[in-house]
Amino acid sequence: MEKIPILRMGPFLLVTIQVDLYDRLALNLEADLIKTISDTNAKGVLIDISVVSIVDSFMGRIIGNIASMSKILDAETVVVGMQPAVAITLIELGLPLTGVHTALNVERGMELLRAKVNLDDYSSSEDEQESDDQRSY
Amino acid sequence: MGSNIIEILKNSQSTILENWIKTQTSVMSFNDDLISSQEIQEQSEELIAAFLRNLTEDNLGNGDAPEFDEVVEALSDLSISRAKLGFSPKETSVFVNGMKNAIIDVLESQLISQPAQLYAASKKLNHLFDSFSIVTFETFIRGREEVIIRQTDEISEISTPVIRVWEGILALPIIGTLDSARTQVVMENLLEAIVETGSSIAILDISGVPAVDSLVAQHLMKTVAATRLMGAECVISGIRPEIAQTIVHLGIDLSNIITKASLAHALRFSFQSLKLEVKKQQTPVNR
Repeated sequence: MEKIPILRMGPFLLVTIQVDLYDRLALNLEADLIKTISDTNAKGVLIDISVVSIVDSFMGRIIGNIASMSKILDAETVVVGMQPAVAITLIELGLPLTGVHTALNVERGMELLRAKVNLDDYSSSEDEQESDDQRSY
Repeated sequence: MGSNIIEILKNSQSTILENWIKTQTSVMSFNDDLISSQEIQEQSEELIAAFLRNLTEDNLGNGDAPEFDEVVEALSDLSISRAKLGFSPKETSVFVNGMKNAIIDVLESQLISQPAQLYAASKKLNHLFDSFSIVTFETFIRGREEVIIRQTDEISEISTPVIRVWEGILALPIIGTLDSARTQVVMENLLEAIVETGSSIAILDISGVPAVDSLVAQHLMKTVAATRLMGAECVISGIRPEIAQTIVHLGIDLSNIITKASLAHALRFSFQSLKLEVKKQQTPVNR
């Protein structure tokens, strides 16, 4: 059975979707991802969909769900690299993905996540020591 | 008697052709820039041959008869091609009616002694050519409409340029009415350009849009939402006061969209969010 790898990068999780998502796979990804967030105390999730060329309403909803669930677990979600055709399809399907942050590519997405999480860290006390030393504040 | 008429017509094909071409070339507004006399000769010959070949006693006076399909088709092709070449409707109608006159002239000279028969034949021929004229006109207008549709497509293609005003900033001045088809083109062009240039801000300038109704507003909001999904920000600028009034009166909510008064303001906003600064030079430039 295919599985989409979830990579851990410091306080963030990186998911690169390299295949066309079918429903079962998307549901598994959702479950795996939420479990990993809770296990690792991740602060952000970056989902790269730059090679996804086909999207349907179910897939749109799954992305929205992942964002909402991550938010509950105190992690921000950034979707990066959406193709123009995919963006148009989602809009036409009436799924503007309002809770999801977006960025043009992985680099910008990481920047965005860092900015978001940094801001959070200013307000809340630090609960993860491992990644603090590499940040400058 | 019918077969008599048809025989007369078939025997005098060359006379009819000659007369017809004479009337065509003598029309005042005849414009030999558009078509050569050789071409006219060929087209006329072909049409008369097709007409006389399919003419029988029964279908004389009935333009819908299946035997005339060939003639109708030839006429349609001809009038479409003439519409595209830029002929006036008058020239095209002179073309068809000239054939009728030429035929009736021939009948008149041959049947001068039998007025009753001549009258009956002319009446039927008139009917027949009326229906041919209608076909010609319909197709002429359709030809013109095709030209118009093609031009509309071209206009909507060329009028949506995506301009890269700065590194990371795209501007898209929209001129003319926004309908669904155009929004699609605009949206696709914009999104492609965002991917290509890696821009993070797109300015949608609508100062050239004459009116905004709820549909246009919805199209705009779709474009903004799609841009956001791509990971870029979209700013709408150039909303004229009357359009702002209309938008509020229609109850359209643009509060979650960034709007700026003019393209200049939008550009300034973009500079700010990209943390760029434009300054006036303090010292004179050394040349």
